[in-house]
Order: sequence, then C-alpha cells, then structure tokens
Amino acid sequence: MQYHTPPSFEEASRIAASASGTTRFLAGGTDVLVQLRSDLVTPDDLIDVKHIPGVKEIARQEDGGWRIGVAVAGAEMTEHPDLGRDWPGIVEGMDLIGSTQIQGRATLVGNLCNGSPAADGVPALVAAGASVTVTGPNGARDVAVADIPTGPGKTCLEKGEVISALNIPARGENGGDAYLRFIPRTEMDIAVVGCAVNLRVDGDTITEARVVLGAVAPTIRAVQACADALIGTTLDDAALEALDKAARAACEPIDDKRGTVEFRTDVAGVLARRAAKIAYARAKGEQS
Amino acid sequence: MALDGPKQDFKYIGTRPERPDGWDKVTGKARFGADFSMPGMLHGAILRSPHAHAKIIKIDATKALALKGVKAVVTRADFPEGLEGEDWNIQENVMAGEKALYDGHAVAAVAATSQLIARDALKLIEVEYEVLPHVTDVDKAMAEDAPVIREGAADYSVPEGMHPNVVRYMESGRGDLEKGFAEADLVIEESFTTEAAHQGYIEPHACVANLGADGKGDLWCCTQGHWFVRQMCTAVLGLEATQLRVTPSEIGGGFGGKTTVFIDPVALALSRKAGRPVKLVMSRSEVLRATGPTASASMDIKMGMTKEGKITAASGTFRMQGGAFPGAPVDVTTMLAFANYDIEHVHHVGYDVMTNRPKQAAYRAPGAPMGAFATESVLDELCRGLGLDPIETRLKNAVKEGTPATFGPKFPPVGLIETLEEARAHPNYSVKLGPNQGRGVASGYWMNWGGETSASVAIGDDGSVQVSIGTVDIGGSRASMALMAAEAFGIPYENVRVSIADTGSLGINEPTHGSRATFASGLAIIEASREATRKLCQRAADKWGIDADAVTWEDGCAKPSGPNAGEFDPLTIAEIAAEMGSTGGPISGHHESTPDGFGGSFGTHVVDVEVDPETGRTTILRYLVVQDAGKAIHPAYVEGQFQGGAVQGIGWTLNEEYIYGEDGRLQNPIFLDYRVPVASDLPMIDTVIVEVPNPGHPYGVRGVGETGITPPLPAIANAVRDAIGVRMKKLPLTPPRVLAAIKARD
Ligand SMILES: Cc1cc2nc3c(=O)[nH]c(=O)nc-3n(C[C@H](O)[C@H](O)[C@H](O)COP(=O)(O)OP(=O)(O)OC[C@H]3O[C@@H](n4cnc5c(N)ncnc54)[C@H](O)[C@@H]3O)c2cc1C
Repeated sequence: MQYHTPPSFEEASRIAASASGTTRFLAGGTDVLVQLRSDLVTPDDLIDVKHIPGVKEIARQEDGGWRIGVAVAGAEMTEHPDLGRDWPGIVEGMDLIGSTQIQGRATLVGNLCNGSPAADGVPALVAAGASVTVTGPNGARDVAVADIPTGPGKTCLEKGEVISALNIPARGENGGDAYLRFIPRTEMDIAVVGCAVNLRVDGDTITEARVVLGAVAPTIRAVQACADALIGTTLDDAALEALDKAARAACEPIDDKRGTVEFRTDVAGVLARRAAKIAYARAKGEQS
Repeated sequence: MALDGPKQDFKYIGTRPERPDGWDKVTGKARFGADFSMPGMLHGAILRSPHAHAKIIKIDATKALALKGVKAVVTRADFPEGLEGEDWNIQENVMAGEKALYDGHAVAAVAATSQLIARDALKLIEVEYEVLPHVTDVDKAMAEDAPVIREGAADYSVPEGMHPNVVRYMESGRGDLEKGFAEADLVIEESFTTEAAHQGYIEPHACVANLGADGKGDLWCCTQGHWFVRQMCTAVLGLEATQLRVTPSEIGGGFGGKTTVFIDPVALALSRKAGRPVKLVMSRSEVLRATGPTASASMDIKMGMTKEGKITAASGTFRMQGGAFPGAPVDVTTMLAFANYDIEHVHHVGYDVMTNRPKQAAYRAPGAPMGAFATESVLDELCRGLGLDPIETRLKNAVKEGTPATFGPKFPPVGLIETLEEARAHPNYSVKLGPNQGRGVASGYWMNWGGETSASVAIGDDGSVQVSIGTVDIGGSRASMALMAAEAFGIPYENVRVSIADTGSLGINEPTHGSRATFASGLAIIEASREATRKLCQRAADKWGIDADAVTWEDGCAKPSGPNAGEFDPLTIAEIAAEMGSTGGPISGHHESTPDGFGGSFGTHVVDVEVDPETGRTTILRYLVVQDAGKAIHPAYVEGQFQGGAVQGIGWTLNEEYIYGEDGRLQNPIFLDYRVPVASDLPMIDTVIVEVPNPGHPYGVRGVGETGITPPLPAIANAVRDAIGVRMKKLPLTPPRVLAAIKARD
C-alpha cells in the first residue's frame, strides 16, 4: 500500500488518476481505516487529503452561503458559532455520527463518499440543496450532493475525481431544517431510518419544502410527494397525515437484522412528521 | 444476632477506599492480556469455518507454509487423541476435528513473524468442506427432522425416543400439581423465549504461550481462573498439570466467559511446533462468533394463585441450547426458576439441546435470568389478573430461613423479604408515572459458590502485610481483600498489598466465578491472617516469657489478655516484624479449604420505562436494585456489581441477541449490531444494599456478583407490559417487536 500526502487537489487527482489498483482518499479515516482493519477494503493507494491548504476551514461566502473544507471534523461543525444557527439540521445530522472520539475525525464529505444509504450527514445536505466541488483530470465541476451517491457504497465520482469543497447555499429568511434518525439505542448505531426536512415559511404557511429519507432505499431519497404534502399548509394535522403517507409510500427498504420492511416504513412516516415539526418551529424562529 | 454469628463491629470493613489497581488502569499502565510480549515472539491467527455445519474433507496448508515468515501451522492432527468427556469437548471446540460445528469454529491456526503475515497466511490455507444441513434454534433442533449434530452425545438421563440433539434431561419437583392448580383462583400458562446473549467483556481474549518440546511451558493470559486454564490446556494437549505455569493478566471483564479456554491451547500448540513463544489475540468478531455466549431458551410456565395472592402450584418446562456441545445451564434454570417462593406443589422439566452454535460459556448467574424472565412474567400476570400489588404478593410468598426451597433443602438465613421491604419503601416505587410509562418489579436469586481456595499472607520486615490470592480481580476485589486483611490484622488498608499469584505459587484456586471471590478468598485471607496473628502473639509471648494463651491480638498489636497475664506494653506488628528474623524466622499464614458456607443472595429490582408508541423504542427512566450482600466489605464495589448486573440485564432484555441467517451464519458479529447498552442509554442505577449476615463467613459476606442479572429481564418486561398493555414473551424487546405488538393491540 502506498500512502500519499498531496499538497493540492490537482495533485491528489493526478495520483488517483494514475493509480492502477484500489484507491481511497483519507479524510477522517473512520470508514476507510475500519474497512482496512476488518479486511473489507485494502487500498493500494491511500491518498490523505488533510495536508492540502484550506481543508480545515469553514467559511461564510459573500452570498451568505457556506464553504466547508473536506477535512472539517464533525466536532468543528458543532462548535462553530454561526453554522448551526443557519443550518441546525445539517449540523445535528453530522453530530449524530459516532462518539466524541469519532466526532474529532469524521467528515461530512467522507460520510457522503462512503456511499451508505444510512449516512446521517447526507439527508440534511440534500434537503438544503448543497453541492460539492469536484476536482478531476478535466478540471473542476460542481455536482449536487443529491447526485453523488448512486447505490450502496457507490458514487458517481469518476476515476481521478476528488471532492475539493462542500458548498451549502445561503439560509435566507424564514427557513428551518431538521434531521432525525431512528436507532434502537441512543448512539453508536447505524440509522434504521433517517429523515431530513428543510422548509421556508411565509407567516404560518409553508412555501418551500424538501423532505429527504435515509436508509429506506438503495440511496438517500428526496421525496417530492412529501414536499408537496407540506407546501401551502400550516403543518396542520391533515398535512402531517399526508406527509406521513407520502413518506411511507416512498420507502423501498430492505428487511434485515436492523429492521423489518414494515418497521422501517412505519418509522419513516413517524420521523417525517417529527422532523417537519422541528423544522417548522425553527423556520418560525420558535426553536433553535 | 446469635453470639456465634459473624463479626459485626468493624473498623475498616464497610469503608470505601480507592482500589489499588485504579490508577494503573486509568493511566494505561495496567497490563491486560494483549499487553504482554516476549523476545522472539511469533503472532498467531486462527482460520475459522464459514459454515454452520460441514464435514472437513481436507486441509492443505502447503501454500501458507511457503509464505515467508510463517513458522508453523497446526490443525487437529497436532493435538492428542483419546480424550473423553468435557476434556474432549474443549479440545473439539478449540480445534475442529472431523466436522466444523458452527460458524466461526476453528479449523487451523498459523504462527508467523507478524500479525499481518499470519493473517495473510490464513487466506492461503485451503480447506475442502462438505456442507451439511444445520440447525441453530432450540425448538427446531429437537424436532424429528433436525440434522443430528453428533450421534451418541446424550447421557444416561435422556429417555428413549428423543432426538439425539437432546443430550441431557432433568425432572424435579414435589407435591401434587393437580391439587395445587385446583386450589387456585387464577391459573396462567404461557410460553417464552430468550435469545443467546454474549458476556460482552470489553477485553477480547488474549494470551502469550511458550511451550517446549519437553512439555514444560508458561502461559500468560487474560482469564478469570488460571488453574482452570492450566487444567484445560494440559488436558487438551496431554501435558502434566504442574509443568505448565499460568500467569493471569489484568482482566477487562469476563462475566463467566473467561472461565474456560478458546485460544490458549492453540497458542500452546503453535508454540510447541514453532519452538518460539506465540501470541494470540482475538478480534471482536472472533469473540462473538467463537467464544461462548450464554444459552438461548424456550420455556412453558404454568402457575396458579388464590385471590389473596398465595401461589398454589407452579410448573415449568425449559428447553435450552448451548451450542454444539452439551452444557446449557438448564439444570440451574430448573433449580432456580421458582426459588424465590414458598410453593407446595412444584414441578420442573429441563432439556439440554445441541445446535450449530458456539459452545456456550458461563454468563453471570448462568441459566437463572431466562427462567426468571418466564416465571416472574407469569407472576406479574397473576398479580394483574387478581388486582394485587406485585411487592405485597411477593412478600406473601417469599422464602425465608427454614422455608423448604423448590429445589430441595431448607433455606439458611436469606434476605428476600428485606429486599422487598426496602424496594417498597424506596421513593422510586411511588413516583407517579406519565403516559406511555410503566413500572415493573421482579426478584431473583443466585445461590453463590465456595470452591477450592488457597491463600497466603506474609508479614514484611516493617510490619506491612503481603497477601497472595488465586482469584483474579475483576471487580475491585483486591480492595476488598486488603480491607479484610486490614481488619483481621488491625492495620491500615494502605499497609496491605494484595497480589494475584500464578499457578506456581499457590494451591489450586477455582476462578473468580460463582460470586465466590470475596466470599472464599476473603474467608481464606481472614483465616490465614488469624494464623499469622497467632504466630505474632507467640513471638510476643516468648519475649514476655508468658504463655501464648495469655496474649491477644488487638488493633495491630499483641497485648496481654488480662491483668493476670502480666503488665507489658503492647507490641506492634512492626516491632515484632523488625525482630522476626532472630525470633524464629519469617511470619506468614496460610489457609486452604473448599468452604461450603456460601450464602445465597436475593435481589429485587424496580424499573420504570417509557415506550414510544410510534416506534416501539423503550427508554429506561429509573432503575432500582435492592440486594442482600450479607456484609458489604467495600460498598462502592458492591454497588458497582448491582449496577453492572442491571445494565447487562437491560442489554439482554432490550437489544442484545445472536441473530443467525438462513445460512446458519452469525449476522451480527460486531458491537455495531450486537447492541450492548451504551452509557447514554442508561439512567443512574439506584442501589440499596441489604445486609443479612451470612453465618458461613467470618464477616458475614455473601457473593453479590451474579444475582443482579437475574431480575432485570422480567422486571423490564413487566414494566413494558405496564406501559403498553401487552405481554411480550420473546426477548429481546427490540423496537420492531414492540411496535408490532402495539399495532396488533390496537
Ligand atoms: C464508531 C463509529 C461510529 C459511526 N457512527 C456513524 C453514524 O452514526 N452515522 C453515520 O452516518 N456514520 C457513522 N460512522 C461512519 C463514519 O464515521 C462516517 O461515515 C464518517 O462521516 C466518514 O468520514 P471520514 O472523514 O472518516 O471518511 P473516511 O473514512 O476518511 O473516508 C470515507 C470514504 O470517503 C472517501 N473520501 C473521503 N474524502 C474524500 C474526498 N475529498 N473526495 C472523494 N472521496 C473522499 C474515501 O475514499 C472513502 O471511501 C461511524 C463510524 C465509526 C467507526
């Protein structure tokens, strides 16, 4: 195994493009090193992205959006004074990952690129409409976070492509987001179901909404029918009922040791309702 | 208290000094199993069967042996033949013979110059299997069409006509069931199941073995009992017992699972073959796949009760599988299932059944929690059906001194009633519950154990005391041992140093199991200390020129026993010790015995839960453990045992389970999916120590380690019943199961 510490994303991309065997980028390593130790994936080239300048920065952009470096750890996001005020749902999704020790290392981009349909950091990013900058042999391009995962453990990134930044749009007025997951315990578990809701209100009425479900399909899934159930409502009982129904209808889960199809489907509806209530309260400034 | 009862007035016993091993453990200096190494040491790795049941046709290690750095490969062919009984079982378990009997069963092992090379070498060993049909469920394993795990494994107790997988059968009871049930106003009959749970010790098994071709060897390992390790390893390898010296490391938990061997004989065999020391360390998934969890159970219970709450009759049938070998602890399950209560008409039937799962190992109160889950659930239903308070009803039926136990003998003094009274009086029992919340009560028992014990004390030249025991310290027992020696000598706790001796330094000691260490090693230390103080008194008597009978030992000094003995200033232990070289030589004390005055311990738990009606998830709100310790030598560590038992019980009840796929493979061999409770799942566990002195111990000690895991399964199940209105009869109470039950109710 070759271990690389490139000084730039271009160099990282070049190493990856010319590598012949299994390649992994090393951010926090909380997936990569675990897979290595348990003999699941032994990379031939391990490309550490943490030595590239700027990867540890959380920066507010001129338009009010955020640019998050690819090596920013969960704890750094949680402790940031402003990020969580804009995007509490994104921060709480990331904060759910692992324990204190894991939080010191795990990154959002790592969570995204590991490609798990149960990744806790990703649904709120998709609900927020976030994108990533991808640096590759043909230069840089922006890709919606929603388009990165293509199946369990798979992404749309081509050989030689590396994510060089995570871009979160400006929060704007009267918006709120939230992420909830279901696990049997209180931590150190994989989401049986995850749900992110991002919405905007005008007075009491919801004007924009995105609802994203995790762990109920081969990839994280943005559900338009759920958004439709919310838009134009004041999140009354009928809206919640419709949301619940739409969330359940969107589920195509697997039946496994972590949860039955029936259970995952039921809980997807429950979490959608609960997350919508939190996001709504946040949008109205009634809850932080 | 009778005059000849245990000592009651103490100076050091009952205080809470810091444990002597604490600093080393929190600063990382303590050496656990994997921390030991030797010059020239090789690293071992074990190849394990991916099949639940398969004939081993051929093992070809040629390619592995050709890999640079590989020094030895062993298979069953490297172990002696002709073993019998449990020796054979252990040998077959540590290295498969003709068949692989479960997913994870060892089939070969490698020693190499690095761990990575050893692991790579495993991939080069070619094993040809013929896959056989398998069975992992206890009820299915008893069915007519079940694959036979091993013909002829059953003992004499099994009646004719049963499936060969039934290897032991037991039946016991008294009275007339029919008459008893006829006297009842309400009879309830229900069936229950529990899944296998793993002890979940944080430290995986690890050892370093050094064995010569001459059959002389040393083993350093993480174990609860190094004499057991010595006996098992020497039997499995055909060595003479005392030629193998076993030294225990610090231990990161055992809970019964480290009273047997899994890797130690393999490391010894590799070492003998390679001619170098070999280290073997298990991974977590090896621990879960190939060490012993406890048994799983399937049970039918019938109990009858009068309107007033008197239990009139009880019967239970208990089927348990303990993996591919005999030994599921169903004998204990039957013995203790109804042991809390004074029942005239009672009957138990037990089946020990083999399946394609790893060989079960002891787990904290082996066999008791499953039975308690079933019987205390039915008792709860009876109380509900008759509108009775669960604590009052238990008090009405509780055993006390003189009650004939459901398993035979009359109880000596025991503290069940006291625990129930304390639980009833505790503020937790009267907290008002909110919606979706429920309260559960259950009691449980563990009879405890004495076991072979040998301990020594020796006086240092400054009057400090060195204590050598043979029971490994798992839960702070060095502190308790030091307290007992301090009390017996009348010297400060800090002046006592307790060491765990290796097998070359003391007579045989049973492991730290059966909740025996503080009872048995403690008793031995007190007796050994008394022998030493007698010698100290003799030295003083010699010096004073009086009779030894006229000298007493008090507060760390020899004193004339009364005015008739003469006027002498007391001689301190330090003063006598300073001269001992010239007054007769070193002073020590020794005691060895198999003490049988171990007193059982009863406990009562009260738990409050809240169940999310939309997800079926259970949160433990409050948890109270009340248990009889006889005498709490170090109350903080007694409380720690109570809390630990409750927490392991919470895990077993809510989320822990062995999940097997259709292919017979374990689906959850990592802590991610084998869900032990994490700290944030738990409230502070409240504790109350009841002290009904045990007349069989000089200070009144009862073992406390195991009872604590017996009541949680039913207590939590009863609380969930209270919260959701449905009786859950299958453990664990995972959210999908509870949600399904809630949906079926509505
Ligand atoms: C104890 C424990 C608990 C956990 N709990 C959770 C949990 O609750 N929820 C959850 O979702 N996950 C959990 N995880 C998984 C893991 O921590 C997360 O997925 C984490 O966010 C991964 O980030 P990382 O920086 O460690 O990624 P790494 O392991 O460094 O990388 C992960 C993947 O991302 C790729 N990658 C990394 N950076 C880039 C880049 N810049 N461009 C392209 N590809 C890249 C790597 O090649 C690799 O495939 C847990 C892990 C552990 C060990």
